[in-house]
Amino acid sequence: MYPYLSTVVFLPVAGSIVIALLGARERLVKWVAAVFTFTSLLAAIGMLFRFDRTIEGMQFEEKALWIPALNANFHLGVDGLSLPLVVLTAFLGFMVVLISWKEHLRVREYFVWLLLLETSILGVFSSLDLLLFFIFWEIELIPMYFLISVWGAGRREYSAIKYMIYTLFGSAFMLAGILSLYFTTGSLSIVDMAGGGIAQAAIPLTAIFFFLLIGFAVKLPVFPFHTWLPDAHTDAPTAGSVMLAGALIKMGGYGMIRVSVSLFPDIARTYAPLLITLAVIGVLYGAALTLRQNDIKRMIAYSSVSHMGYVLLGVFALGQVSLTGATLQMVSHGLLTGLLFAVAGLTMHNVHERDLRKMGGLARQMPVIAVVFSIAGLGSLGLPMTSGFIAEFITFAGSFASDVFGGMQAATILAVAGVVFAAGYILWMIQRAFYGPVKGYVETHIETETLEVGRDALARYQPKKVVETTVETPIEIHDADALERVYMFSFVALILIIGIYPAVLTDIIQTGISPVVRLLGG
Amino acid sequence: MNLQSFMPEIVLGATAIAIILLDLIVKRKGILAGVGVAGLLISGIFTVAMWGALQPGEASLIFNNMLAVDSFALFFKLLFAGIAILVILASVDYAGKMLPNSQGEYYALVLLSALGMMLMASTTELISIYVSLELASLSLCALVCFLKNPKSSEAALKYILLSGVVSAVMLFGMALVFGVTGKTQLGEIAGVIRSMSLSTPVASPALAVGMVLLIAGFGFKIAAVPFHMWVPDVYEGAPTPVTAFLSVASKAAGFAVILRVFSSIFGVELLSSSWGMVFAVLAALSMTLGNVIALPQTNIKRMLGYSSIAQAGYLMVGLAAIGISPAAGGSGQAGILFFLASYAVANLAAFTAIIAITNKTGSDDIIDFAGMFKRAPALSLALTFSLISLIGMPPAAGFIAKFYVFSAGVRAGLLWLVVIAVLNSVISAYYYLRVVKVMWFAEPASEERVPSSIALRFGLLIASIGVLALGIAPGVILKVTEAATSILAFLP
Repeated sequence: MYPYLSTVVFLPVAGSIVIALLGARERLVKWVAAVFTFTSLLAAIGMLFRFDRTIEGMQFEEKALWIPALNANFHLGVDGLSLPLVVLTAFLGFMVVLISWKEHLRVREYFVWLLLLETSILGVFSSLDLLLFFIFWEIELIPMYFLISVWGAGRREYSAIKYMIYTLFGSAFMLAGILSLYFTTGSLSIVDMAGGGIAQAAIPLTAIFFFLLIGFAVKLPVFPFHTWLPDAHTDAPTAGSVMLAGALIKMGGYGMIRVSVSLFPDIARTYAPLLITLAVIGVLYGAALTLRQNDIKRMIAYSSVSHMGYVLLGVFALGQVSLTGATLQMVSHGLLTGLLFAVAGLTMHNVHERDLRKMGGLARQMPVIAVVFSIAGLGSLGLPMTSGFIAEFITFAGSFASDVFGGMQAATILAVAGVVFAAGYILWMIQRAFYGPVKGYVETHIETETLEVGRDALARYQPKKVVETTVETPIEIHDADALERVYMFSFVALILIIGIYPAVLTDIIQTGISPVVRLLGG
Repeated sequence: MNLQSFMPEIVLGATAIAIILLDLIVKRKGILAGVGVAGLLISGIFTVAMWGALQPGEASLIFNNMLAVDSFALFFKLLFAGIAILVILASVDYAGKMLPNSQGEYYALVLLSALGMMLMASTTELISIYVSLELASLSLCALVCFLKNPKSSEAALKYILLSGVVSAVMLFGMALVFGVTGKTQLGEIAGVIRSMSLSTPVASPALAVGMVLLIAGFGFKIAAVPFHMWVPDVYEGAPTPVTAFLSVASKAAGFAVILRVFSSIFGVELLSSSWGMVFAVLAALSMTLGNVIALPQTNIKRMLGYSSIAQAGYLMVGLAAIGISPAAGGSGQAGILFFLASYAVANLAAFTAIIAITNKTGSDDIIDFAGMFKRAPALSLALTFSLISLIGMPPAAGFIAKFYVFSAGVRAGLLWLVVIAVLNSVISAYYYLRVVKVMWFAEPASEERVPSSIALRFGLLIASIGVLALGIAPGVILKVTEAATSILAFLP
């Protein structure tokens, strides 16, 4: 069979190699990036149609012996759980190339990192061997580190290193967990371990469970490991934020379902109350912090903390419905927040301002952007007809009915309160940025001028004085151009399709979730 | 007497002498480097041929049972030949600029030191261990003071004094072991100790003290805490190619001797579990201290000095696993060998890039690497990649190496040590990345490009390919290391 999955996963990195070899012609680099990511997306969509929705288990499997000494295999495959995330990542991967079309700084390097990033995320979602999974998991750090520190804004170097250290901290524990699992089972295959169950070993399984969970929790992020997220999301370049919020943090939620819950169903059930509590704290605390923000990107970033709380809630409610909801929420949040960051980036680019207090009335100057931002915002607060509503509804319905522990209903109701907060901060954000009185925007830059002060009679030396003046030039605000409309409308279309006909994804997701639920004994 | 089995060493010794003689005649000193590389290649080819002729698990002893010809020794001979080749390639620029009048001695000493290390890896007898160790150390010491400036001389003085003291300590340990057993050949010592059937590790106090003193002696070679005091000063003061050689070859030789000595004479379970525990503690101390002190360093050679202490700590996780659990021992031994190989390529790639850059800027301070990306993109990329390998991140070799060694640790029930080790890797990321940050994001002091010779670039290319290949397709080398260490269980 044709290796669809390898095509999807490795096309972007092939593109980055081509770019690295081609030379620095800007347009050529961008076109190559676009062609490779688009082909990868097409292959991913092809997989979506060829995927057999009637059977459970892995499809499009590819397996080859990789390191015999470690019993490690090059093993790729997708099921209903990972396929939607693979398609989402391929979609975002192509979108960020379009979003970055106006990037002019070190373009070749930029696209090399961007495409490498896409391959590593796709690799995480499709690896069925723990070593391979971990390698993709770690490779992702390097491009992200460079993307934030070179092309970012604000305290970018600080944010980049903070992101790196936090994730490495999490993955250090994850590595210890993987090593313990490897020692316990002698295998690295996720599928075998989930199918065979893990016998009690010298190392307590609870310890292994938490070692692995810390890695996923930092990434998702789970309160109290979330503090890297606002910095990294805020200071990353627009494409970086889209990838981070859209695809990267989903690696955490995916890992929890694929590894933590599937491999340790009993332990997951035992510790579910703890994680549900953290989820509720995350939802409410994240929402409260969002309300306090004035920076448009930071606001979206904090809202992600809150929204990822729903994912955690759905995962550890441990039911068929709640897990399906959590997976759908990951896809939906990827689209909605990806779009929010894209549009926020566009707005910032157009008006040279990111402080909501200094914005206003932009709907009159950039109506299309305002409409798209509003749609994404409304989706994010869970308006019916958008993917956000259906994802949150399924998650809450599932967690309310869950019998994991007695306080599930109370926890769900508390989490639903997060939606009320969301309505507050999102509507307020839209209002502050796009409505109200029109404000003027200026671009400021400092001009230095060297003046000759006086003149020495001997002309040996001329005293000079450097004068700095801040020059403000008003900005002519323009609306989205054709390319920007293309990618914005693609996002909107997907959000609406999933919102109106969710079965397009839930059918697939359910085939992936059912085996997990059976392991849970449900 | 079978001289064929001794060919790699003979070739190396002859090449060293030939270089000294040629130095009197030839005007273009670059030829000397070429002769050195050629000698090492021939020596390597002999090694490969001998390996090819070897049956799996076969070990023959030559020279009155003093030297072993087995896959373990051959692996290290190949490793040292490879390291020496890369070091010579990296030295061409440096030696031409900094030591124009003494290149002959320089290359000859590198070869002699490599010869000493090759012998260290193959000796099976206490006295020849001592002699080959001194050959390696004395040549290295002469290399350290080659710059003849105060820093270099101070470094050499420190090195020779401390290594002298440690040699004495080690000799005392050997004397005690000899006193208890009456033998100097490792296999015979092992036989006597086994027949003693000790009831506790300290049942024979002299033997226990001898073991501790040997740990101290070899600990100096591998730069383990608390025998690491010489490392930062010597690394900083020595000529940079010598630092590179010292950091990888000397450490590898130390581990070769430890593996051979401890798994044979102290292989009794009673003793092995106690030295395993000692190495576990030393490992925890070395990685933590090495990494924490590396954090504030501003000189890149000093920083890599502390990093090499930390790396010794990771390696000792493997030693601890071997000692504590014989079941985990196999993968621990193979893991150490693989780790040494991947550490060698990564550190050599890093030092080669540093040599090229510092040759131009004349400064070892990390701050002077600012904006190197614009001045030397290829060098910066190679340095970045090798630092990523030293952190232990995929897809570089360092990751698989750590994975393999740590998995042996987990198997031996040393989960606590492995957790300390992985957390240390996180700490280490901070100081390695600081160099990356300065190179890629800081503004360069000048726009001038950094020149490098073809030899240096070739060496750097080989080392970088090694880092990538060992990281992506480690299967072949892992198989080789497993074959190489299978012999340790067969020791007579």
